[in-house]
Amino acid sequence: MSPRKPTPPSQELIKGVWRENPVLVQLLGLCPALAVTNSVANSLAMSAAVLFVLVGSSLLVSTIKRIVPSDVRISTYILIIATFVTIADMILEASVPAVHKELGAFVALIVVNCIILGRQEAFASRNSVGRSLLDAVGMSIGFTLTMVLMGTVREVLGNGTFLGISVMGPHYEPWVIMILPPGGFLTLGTILLVFSWIKRRGEERAKPATAAAGPAVGKAA
Amino acid sequence: MTAPATQPPRPSASAQRLIGTLGGFGVLAGLLIVSVFAATQPRIRANKAAALAAAINEVLAAPEHYDTLYVTADSLSHTLPAGGNAETAEAVYLGWREGRPAGFAIVANGPGFQDNIRLIFGFDAASSQLLGMKVLESKETPGLGDKIYKDAEFVAQFTRVRAPLVGVKEGQGEGLPTELVMITGATISSRALIKAINTTLERVGPLLAAYVPQESQP
Amino acid sequence: MSDARYLVTASPHLRSRDSTPTIMWSVVGSLMPVAAFAVYYFGPSALLVILASVVGAVGTEAAWGKKGAVRDGSAAITGILLGLCLPAGLPLWMAVLGGAFSIGFGKIVFGGLGQNIFNPALLGRAFLQAAFPVALTTWPAVENVPWWSLRGDNFALPLMGSRVDAVTTATPLGLMKFEQVTTPIRDLAFGTTAGSLGETGAVLILLCGGYLALNNYLNWRIPASIFLSVAAFTTVLHLIDGARYPTPQFMLLSGGLMLGAMYMATDMVTSPTTNRGSWIFGVGIGFLVVLIRLWGGLAEGVMYAILIMNALVPFINRATQPRVFGTTRAKAAA
Repeated sequence: MSPRKPTPPSQELIKGVWRENPVLVQLLGLCPALAVTNSVANSLAMSAAVLFVLVGSSLLVSTIKRIVPSDVRISTYILIIATFVTIADMILEASVPAVHKELGAFVALIVVNCIILGRQEAFASRNSVGRSLLDAVGMSIGFTLTMVLMGTVREVLGNGTFLGISVMGPHYEPWVIMILPPGGFLTLGTILLVFSWIKRRGEERAKPATAAAGPAVGKAA
Repeated sequence: MTAPATQPPRPSASAQRLIGTLGGFGVLAGLLIVSVFAATQPRIRANKAAALAAAINEVLAAPEHYDTLYVTADSLSHTLPAGGNAETAEAVYLGWREGRPAGFAIVANGPGFQDNIRLIFGFDAASSQLLGMKVLESKETPGLGDKIYKDAEFVAQFTRVRAPLVGVKEGQGEGLPTELVMITGATISSRALIKAINTTLERVGPLLAAYVPQESQP
Repeated sequence: MSDARYLVTASPHLRSRDSTPTIMWSVVGSLMPVAAFAVYYFGPSALLVILASVVGAVGTEAAWGKKGAVRDGSAAITGILLGLCLPAGLPLWMAVLGGAFSIGFGKIVFGGLGQNIFNPALLGRAFLQAAFPVALTTWPAVENVPWWSLRGDNFALPLMGSRVDAVTTATPLGLMKFEQVTTPIRDLAFGTTAGSLGETGAVLILLCGGYLALNNYLNWRIPASIFLSVAAFTTVLHLIDGARYPTPQFMLLSGGLMLGAMYMATDMVTSPTTNRGSWIFGVGIGFLVVLIRLWGGLAEGVMYAILIMNALVPFINRATQPRVFGTTRAKAAA
C-alpha cells in the first residue's frame, strides 16, 4: 500500500540512529536533552520513559489508523500519548522514586515532546504496525544514544563520575557548570558542532564523485 | 520531509463519528490510567512513608516509633483537624524511645541561594536542644551550597546547638551553646537553614512546649 | 572572490592612521602598568596567571580562528583582561581553559572579531566562575606574605584540584556584604586590598584608561555614565540609610568596577555604536551593579551587569539610531 515499499524494514530501524537522529538531525526533543542529561542515570531513565511512550503510542496509532477520522487524529494521538506518559510517570514514581524526583516535571513533559507526536503524524499513521514498531525503536535508540552521550560528557566533566562511579580520581576538580543548566547548552552546542563537522566532511569527500557525474549540488562554498 | 501522501484523502467524517472516536479513546485512556493508578498508588505511598520514616530516624537518632501530630492554631492534635488533608496538613512527628518521648521531628522550609530548601530537624522542647538535621530538598550550587548536607562536620553541629540558632563565621564564635559555625563560602545557604529553623520554631515552638506527651502504642 | 576586476571595498574609503591592530596594541600597552602593578602586589603568581590565560586565548585564536587573526592583538587583550579578573592563586590550567573558552566560545563561534555579542574575557570569567566556584573565590591573603611566594597552588596538575590550603581572606565587597565591615578608601584607591589581580589599584586603572580615552581609543561616555550612575544611585541610598548602604566612594573604588568600566564595558564590538546609546548602556550597567551588589546573592556584580547590558546592545543601537539627514522627525518615529 505504500509507495515507499523499496525501503527494507531494517532501514526503518537504523535511520533513527544516525541519518535521521531525532536530536542531532531533526533537532527535536531538545528540552529533555538539555534539562535531564546532568547524569548518565537520569539520561537513561528519561530515555526508557521515551522508549516506552514512543513504542506504545506508535503501536496503538498504527493499529487504529484506519478508524480515526483525520479531523480528530491529532487530538486522538495526543490523548494516546498523554495516557502512556501518565502511566510511565506513575510506574517511575512507584519503582524508582529517587530518579523520579530528579526528573521532576520532565517526564510529564514528554507529552509535548515533538519526537513522539512527529513520529505518529509522519510515520505510524501511514505505515504498518511492524514498520511503525521498528521506526519507534530506532528513534528511541537514536534518542537514547544522544542522551547518554550528553549525560556522559556532563557527568564525567561535572562530577568526575560515570553512573556514580568515580573515573577521574579523588583529586579531580569537577567543572560544576557542566551539571548546571548552562552545561546542557554548552554540551549540546558542542556536540551539534562536531556532528555537523563530521557530516560536512563526509559530504565533501563524496563530492568529487558527484561533481564528475553532473552539476555539483554541494551547498558548502 | 513528509513523503507524498500515502493515504487517499478521506471524506470529512460526521460529527457523531468525531465525538464517538474521541469519547471512546477518552474512556479507554481513563480506564487505563485509573487501573495503573490503583496498581501503583500503594507503592508510591509506601515509598513516601519510608522516606519520611528514614528522615525521622536520622534526625531523632532512631526512635522506636513515632506519632504524627497535626499542627492546629493553638495546639498539637493526634487527629486530623476537620477538613484537613492527611497529605498536606502541617504535622510534626514525636518520636518515642523506651516508653519516653525522644523529641520532635519538624519539617521546615526557606529560600536558599537557589530555590527553596526543605529540611527536617529533631528538637527537644524542654531543653531547646536540636537533635539532628537533614536536608530533604535543595538546589544549592554543587561544590559550595551543597555543603549544607555534604559537609558532615557542619551537619553534625545540629546535634549540639540550642535554639534560637545564631550563625557565626569560623573562628569568630564566643562559644555560646546557640552558635552554629557557618560554612565558609556558603554563608547564604548556611543562613537559609538557620532562618528556616528559627522561624519554624518561633511559630510551633510554644505548641511543642505546651504539648503533654501521652503514651501511645506503635 | 576570484575576479578582482570589480573588487568593491566597504566604506570608509578615507583612511586614518588608526587601524584595528594599532588600537588593539595600544590597549595592550595601556594594560601593562596594571599588569605590572598586579605582579608587584601579588608576586610571581600574578604573572603566571596572566601569562596562562594569554596562552589559552592566543593559542585558541591561532588554532581555530581566522588566519592571521592573532596579529590584530584582540586575543591578547582578551587574555590579559581575563587574567586580571582572576585570583592570584588559581591553578594555571584553569586560566588556560578560561582563555580558550573566552576565544573559542566567546568569539570564534560567533564568527570572529566584530561578530561577538558578549565581551569574550567576561564570558570566560563567567564560565570559570560557574565551573569552579570555589577556586574563583579563593582570595589569597595579602599581608605578611613574602613577595616571591606563590599565592596558591598555581601548579596543580591539569584537571586536578588545589592540593594546598593557601591562607585566604575576604574581599572588601565580601566584607561589606557578609560582615558589614568597610575597608578604608585609601586602601581601595591604591590597591592594598584582597581581590582579583586587576581589582586592586583603582587609581592606576583610571590613569591607564584615561590615556586611552584621550586618544579616542575608548568611548569616554561609557565609563563616565557608569561612574555617574553608580555614584547617583548609591548617594541616594546612602542618604536614606547610611548605616545599611555603603558610601558612593566605596562603591566606586571597590571590586572590579574600575577595570570593568574602563576596559570591558568599552569593548568596541560589544558596546553601542551611538553616543546616546553609550549613555543608556553605561547607566544600565551602573544600575545593575548597584542592584546586584546590594540586594543580589553575590558580592560582586560588575561581570554580570556588563554581560546583561551586552545582550541589550542591538536593541539600544536600534532605538538610538540618529535621524537620517533630510527626513523629518515624525517620519523617523513612525
